[in-house]
Amino acid sequence: MELEQDLMVSERKKKPLRWHVLVFLAPAVIIYTMIMILPLAETLRFSFFQRDTTTQVISFVGLENYIKLFFDPYWVKPFLNSLWNNCYFFLIHMLVQNPIGVLIAALLSMVHLPGKKFYRTAIFMPTLLSFVVVGFVWKLMLSPLWGVSKGLMKSVGVGSWYLPFLGKEETALTTLSLISVWQFIGIPMMLIYAALLSIPDEVIEAAECDGVTGISQFFKIKLVLILPTIGIISILTFVGNFNAFDLIYTTQGPLAGPNFSTDLLGTILYRTFYGQQLQPGDPNMGAAIATVMFFIILMGVAVYLFFIQRKLTRYEM
Amino acid sequence: MKHYLSSGIAASLLLGSASFAFAASELTIESWRNDDLSIWQETILPAFMKAHPEVKIRFSPTAPTQYNAALNAKLEGGTAGDLITCRPFDGSLDLYSKGYLKNLQGMATLDNFPDSAKGAWSTDDGSATFCVPMAAVIHGFIYNKDAFAEVGVEPPKTQAEFIAVLDKIKEDGNYIPMAMGTLDQWESAAMGYQNIGPMYWKGEEGRKAVVAGTGKLTDDGWVKPFEVLASWGPYLGDGYEAQSYPDSQTLFTLGRAAIYPSGSWEIAGFNRDSDFELGAFRPPLPAEGDSCYISDHTDIGIGLNAASSNSEAAMKFLEWMGTKEFAELYSNAVPGFFSLSKHEISLTDPLADEFISWRKDCQSTNRSAAQIVSRGTPNLWNEMWVVSANVINGKQTPADAANQLQKGLSAWYEPQMD
Repeated sequence: MELEQDLMVSERKKKPLRWHVLVFLAPAVIIYTMIMILPLAETLRFSFFQRDTTTQVISFVGLENYIKLFFDPYWVKPFLNSLWNNCYFFLIHMLVQNPIGVLIAALLSMVHLPGKKFYRTAIFMPTLLSFVVVGFVWKLMLSPLWGVSKGLMKSVGVGSWYLPFLGKEETALTTLSLISVWQFIGIPMMLIYAALLSIPDEVIEAAECDGVTGISQFFKIKLVLILPTIGIISILTFVGNFNAFDLIYTTQGPLAGPNFSTDLLGTILYRTFYGQQLQPGDPNMGAAIATVMFFIILMGVAVYLFFIQRKLTRYEM
Repeated sequence: MKHYLSSGIAASLLLGSASFAFAASELTIESWRNDDLSIWQETILPAFMKAHPEVKIRFSPTAPTQYNAALNAKLEGGTAGDLITCRPFDGSLDLYSKGYLKNLQGMATLDNFPDSAKGAWSTDDGSATFCVPMAAVIHGFIYNKDAFAEVGVEPPKTQAEFIAVLDKIKEDGNYIPMAMGTLDQWESAAMGYQNIGPMYWKGEEGRKAVVAGTGKLTDDGWVKPFEVLASWGPYLGDGYEAQSYPDSQTLFTLGRAAIYPSGSWEIAGFNRDSDFELGAFRPPLPAEGDSCYISDHTDIGIGLNAASSNSEAAMKFLEWMGTKEFAELYSNAVPGFFSLSKHEISLTDPLADEFISWRKDCQSTNRSAAQIVSRGTPNLWNEMWVVSANVINGKQTPADAANQLQKGLSAWYEPQMD
């Protein structure tokens, strides 16, 4: 009795510091800070410095790297070119990857589809492959010398449409975008498939009772319910596309030919940061480009979160 | 039990330190020549270790396209090998000025090399030399002798003869006249422009004039080679725009193409992969009676990592690189890479011998973008890749291409500013 009173008194006196909260938060905070926040801050800091070409001394130069990147014609032109290419790359993904992903998911979620599991696995498979493998396999298939694409196109009567797709300025970027779509189509498919499965039967049954079936049921009921998932997929695609590098590097080389028509932000960053044959690497300028890339992605995500996601209606299911 | 345990720990500690000591005395050579791995491990290094049994040495190559980036990262992290294979000119000069390579000035071994060879690994004023010159590669054309005999053509000497040969092979139809693609772009610049160009810009004379600012890249001598390249397109295989460097090599070694514009570094691989007789002819002269210039590009040197904990042993290797033994061993083991030393050496490979014989009649020059003029933005060498490919693809006129190069160079290179 006495003891209990004692405790009550001490509790009233001061709230004990809840150490366990800090202790349990610490690992996540420390690890996240070490591997995410610190490198980001360090990159930003790095971009304000530059090495003097004669004395080799690295000194603080303020915004000079950014001014060069945005106003020196020999920096801004390649930069804008790669930014535009990147937007185009993203556009193709949004127009091709996501609609087809939704379509395949819708087909897979049909109740009576023979070989459903097989298709699901087969379509998801390329996502598990390395970029390098995908790049080389497609480069070989499209090769004018040993590729199968020429013969395949001939056999269906469109042989005259065959082009060295990866070697033409007009077609190279579109081709690479479609290769990337082929590789990653499994991700929207899986996410939407899961979203479609989570729609309760009662909703569907209610729709059927009201006479909404087939295609119109898909557009009026299901698509509305999976819109938040499509939003998430779009943002994943956006982040992935604006960080893309590997596929271009393995198929087109570091100069992203022909004539820089496949240059993305990732490839220009790589060339600047690490250098390329006789081009000396410039880590400080590279850091500036990386920072700009970070803000482009941040802005894209922010626009989505503030203007699009808020307008999406979520339905309790 | 306890006793066993502690002695076990002691033993493993001892073993551990022993292996550490072993590792410390083993030298590592960083290189991009992964094709030569077996040659180094089976021929060159054993010969050196026989003479110097106290030194252990290991050849540790990285893929050529990743070498610069990987080496930079390793040097910055302090994990690079003791001996660094040096790219010519600015790539290594940059490493030296950052303090990663040791100044080798004064080493006796350097006296075995002519100044032109040391120039690729010296500071602009020549006061310090930081890599021992190892090898140069010579540009030229390799051809399929059987195909030439079948079609009935002789290796051409002049540009006019060259086009006649290409026409004849094309007419015959059994062979693709020339194996080259523009996908990687590097081929267009190195095996195209730099291969035939020295004949037109007159080798060192033209190159030095551009470096000094007295010559311009829009001068006749620099535009003409683009005009020649522009005529190559029809003689390349179908879809050459998407043909990569390995594709071209394979196309030639399979015997499907008659001529391969290239350099001597292909010799070893081609000897191994092709089952027909190989010949070589030098870049065609612009016209009969013109003097001859070849691209004899200082390509490989070896320097000493300034942070090496074992520099004494590493110096022994560098000294050995200046000997005739090394020059002969290396040039014969890696046919197509020619030692830069002054020693008179004999080559057993007939194709390599053909390439090196051009040094007698022709004047040697380095690749035009290699020294000094590729230091700024836009990078001249990268631009050369792009415009050479554009010219062959017919996407840019020769005059346009030369203009772009000159404009880019004069944007940052003081001697070229108007």
